[in-house]
Amino acid sequence: MEVPILKQGQFLIATIQAALSDADLLQLRSALAQQVVRFRSRGVIVDVTPLDVMDSFASRTLREIAHIIRLRGAETVIVGIQPEVAFAMVQLGLTLEGVATALDLDEGLAYLNEKLKSTS
Amino acid sequence: MSEEIQVPIRSDQDIVAARKKGRELALSVGFSASAATLVATAISELARNIVLYARSGEIQVRSIELPQRKGIVVVARDDGPGIANVRQAIQDGFSTSGGLGLGLPGVRRLMDDFEIVSSPGYGTKVTARKWLL
Repeated sequence: MEVPILKQGQFLIATIQAALSDADLLQLRSALAQQVVRFRSRGVIVDVTPLDVMDSFASRTLREIAHIIRLRGAETVIVGIQPEVAFAMVQLGLTLEGVATALDLDEGLAYLNEKLKSTS
Repeated sequence: MSEEIQVPIRSDQDIVAARKKGRELALSVGFSASAATLVATAISELARNIVLYARSGEIQVRSIELPQRKGIVVVARDDGPGIANVRQAIQDGFSTSGGLGLGLPGVRRLMDDFEIVSSPGYGTKVTARKWLL
């Protein structure tokens, strides 16, 4: 299932709609890597609210997305990690270290706006 | 009455199916949403190991009803190459696939009981249980 990516001003917003297979996650990674270039985006938000499991592969792929986007000079923020999912991630030892996270889409946008202000 | 599901694992799509069915069973046994998420995450890691190392296998999830306690058991079985050094495989940070090496030790932390039987050439069987408090 493909993840829709919405362009909103200088940002891209990827809103995950349902559980993702590994192939879907890899597809999201390459789509974001391409679109951030095409639209000269400054920030990316990945909304993972509907994800009910974040295992090692999903976590690693999100980290890779954030690192790829950073190499393009843009920022990534992951929003909407559910409390149970966060609990399971910690038990599993997945910390998403080095990746910005925020509570929801609003907080994510606020984070990116703040980041842009401080760098421009 | 004990419930049971069986999911053949051959591709990454099956990983999603296995953890979804496992979560539903955990909820029907009486686990909280939070505990069911731990079980679903453990199933995801076990199913991923099958796809990654053995190519195909099976995940079985069963409810356990004992006079004293209830719980759930997850069995991941494959006829893959097996693991030469099981002790090493269940240590944190160990990975032969370039992954995070969190798979088996992670599953051990997510569940209450954990057993693994494996030998080169004979595949691997992981049994993990979680108990309702």
